[in-house]
Amino acid sequence: MSYKCVVLIKQVPDTRAITGDAMNEDGTVNRSKLASIPNPDDLHALEVALEIKEKFGATVTAISMGLPEAAQVLREALYRGADDAILVTDRRCAGSDTLATSHILSCAIKKVGADIVLCGRHSIDGETAQVGPQIAEFIDAAQLTCVGELKDVDKNSITVRRVLDNGWQDAKAPLPCLLSVTDQANEPRVGAATRLMKYKNATTSANYDGDVNELREKNLLIEQYDLDQIGVDLSRIGFNGSPTKINRTQKVILEAKEVKEISPTQEGISAMVKELIEDHSIN
Amino acid sequence: MVDVNKKGDVWVFVESLGSKVEDTSLELVGKARELADELGVQVGAVVLGSEIAGLDERLICCGGDKVYMCQDPLLAHYQVSSYSKVLCDIANEYNPSIILFGATSVGRDLAPRVAARLGAGLSADCTDLQIGSHKDSVTGKTYDDILLQICPAFGGNVIATIINFDKWPQMATVREGVMKMPELDRNRKGETIKHTVNLSKEDLVVEILDELVTEKTVDLKGSDVVVAGGAGIGSKENFKLLWDLANALGGVVGATRPAVDLGYISEEHMIGATGVTVRPSLYIAAGISGALQHQTGMWDSKKIIAINTDPDAAIFDVAHYKIVGDFNEVIPMMIKAIKAKC
Ligand SMILES: Cc1cc2nc3c(=O)[nH]c(=O)nc-3n(C[C@H](O)[C@H](O)[C@H](O)COP(=O)(O)OP(=O)(O)OC[C@H]3O[C@@H](n4cnc5c(N)ncnc54)[C@H](O)[C@@H]3O)c2cc1C
Ligand SMILES: Nc1ncnc2c1ncn2[C@@H]1O[C@H](COP(=O)(O)O)[C@@H](O)[C@H]1O
Repeated sequence: MSYKCVVLIKQVPDTRAITGDAMNEDGTVNRSKLASIPNPDDLHALEVALEIKEKFGATVTAISMGLPEAAQVLREALYRGADDAILVTDRRCAGSDTLATSHILSCAIKKVGADIVLCGRHSIDGETAQVGPQIAEFIDAAQLTCVGELKDVDKNSITVRRVLDNGWQDAKAPLPCLLSVTDQANEPRVGAATRLMKYKNATTSANYDGDVNELREKNLLIEQYDLDQIGVDLSRIGFNGSPTKINRTQKVILEAKEVKEISPTQEGISAMVKELIEDHSIN
Repeated sequence: MVDVNKKGDVWVFVESLGSKVEDTSLELVGKARELADELGVQVGAVVLGSEIAGLDERLICCGGDKVYMCQDPLLAHYQVSSYSKVLCDIANEYNPSIILFGATSVGRDLAPRVAARLGAGLSADCTDLQIGSHKDSVTGKTYDDILLQICPAFGGNVIATIINFDKWPQMATVREGVMKMPELDRNRKGETIKHTVNLSKEDLVVEILDELVTEKTVDLKGSDVVVAGGAGIGSKENFKLLWDLANALGGVVGATRPAVDLGYISEEHMIGATGVTVRPSLYIAAGISGALQHQTGMWDSKKIIAINTDPDAAIFDVAHYKIVGDFNEVIPMMIKAIKAKC
């Protein structure tokens, strides 16, 4: 049997490399100053999908919702081993919160169909870890969050080890099932250089003047859908359809406290310790 | 969707282990009390499980007004399918204005699924919750007495205030240790409401084959003194010096994420955005650069001593005592000074 796996990959700014000049005065982030990368956890999710493909037989479709530039993360998915890629891009997506995003992605998943949906545990820009469970709800699937290891897949079920706050749990869920995968699950493969060269040329139909079928045959096509093509309920998305809204954002500005400089000598340190004992910071 | 119900109570989803309510849930009840007082409504605590008798008392002492007891053998083990069903049912019945969850493995698994089913908004990992108003820039309409959900975004580089004015209940998850533990008032009175659960075996979708629950061994949150080390400590052996200092002060050892990743110390010692939040009387940071992701987990400490060889390290921005120097030399001096005084 061949399972249908869908992997969700988000393009994110590399927030780990954030510096002061990537911040605007109003506390928003200037994304153009940051490199765009596939969300780190999502590559672990892709690796689990590839593991399922190799051990149990499966097709792997990568889906991303984002700006046209997000095609880049799908190219990466293809060269790492995904069979197909779909980009959902539409101006009307703007302002969507996690619930709205989950609605859009779940429509795309329903269009292609899936036995196993895999996503990252959380994204490094949104960091909510909400999209996975919310998609599971909308596609009426079981959910296994915080997956740290794939154990088994059989006709009707999937078994994984979940890594939890205090310990772990081996759980078996019926298909269809959504997995949110942590970075403990595996070491994502890099992909062969020849594949890298080939898939550099993968492109969306919107950006291709020639015969799209030719692209498809060479497996270099990134399918592109807008919201109408996947049957999104427009009242549930965008700024107006999103239940949460941003009231304001602030740059993190640290309050300057009164700081005493202590010399790294025994006298200096002893005086400090004495002060701390006197004000009961040390008992 | 649950309608906007301004008279709705402030609810906490309660997690418990055995006969003990988890600290996170008690902290949330304390916060819910503040919010409910400001709104002029009551605090509801919702407890699900198979053996939960007696937990209501504790929740009332911590500030609860109504405790909804959902007791059923099928709720013995947490599962998203059964728990979300019960929680959505009870929310639809009583129409709360706010539901708070701990940002625990359970809370993060459950809250988004419940929010999706209710069509409600949810914000993750709030560091503060307040009541306030919001003026919608598009319609010009002002919404009063709504929940301001304050949370870090973009890897902790931005603080965002999230609101949800039309698709209620307003839902948020909060990390352990972020809210203060409420004081116990043994004389507080409250009401216990037995809620009949409507579950069948089919509601248990997942089969739990095996599990290991480890007790948390370090009590970072409960400790008055935390001695934390970062990548600058350089090795597991060098970390021993921090343990010595912690022992001399009766404290515990904490760490940054890189120190954990490098294997100097285990993950349960991690402090910061993805670790534990602490607010001890004394926080000693050694070999820590002071990235925001680390600072958000410790900046409420009453006194902060920072030891770093780099005079421009960001950790000095939040320190009360700045020591520019090598921890290998400074820490032994501190131990010596402490031993001499006591
Ligand atoms: C999404 C996300 C979440 C994160 N969550 C967390 C989190 O929860 N907690 C966390 O801590 N980090 C977290 N991080 C990582 C964080 O951004 C920083 O990388 C980290 O806090 C830096 O750790 P450090 O100070 O130990 O290491 P470094 O930044 O490498 O600093 C080491 C410091 O040691 C000093 N030093 C070197 N030798 C000596 C010596 N002999 N004596 C004294 N000082 C010396 C150096 O001057 C330097 O300042 C997160 C990052 C991301 C992207
Ligand atoms: N726009 C998106 N496109 C594709 N996948 C997404 C998108 N947003 C979120 N996801 C998936 O959902 C996971 C959790 O994201 P978050 O809820 O933002 O922390 C990510 O790791 C992705 O796998």
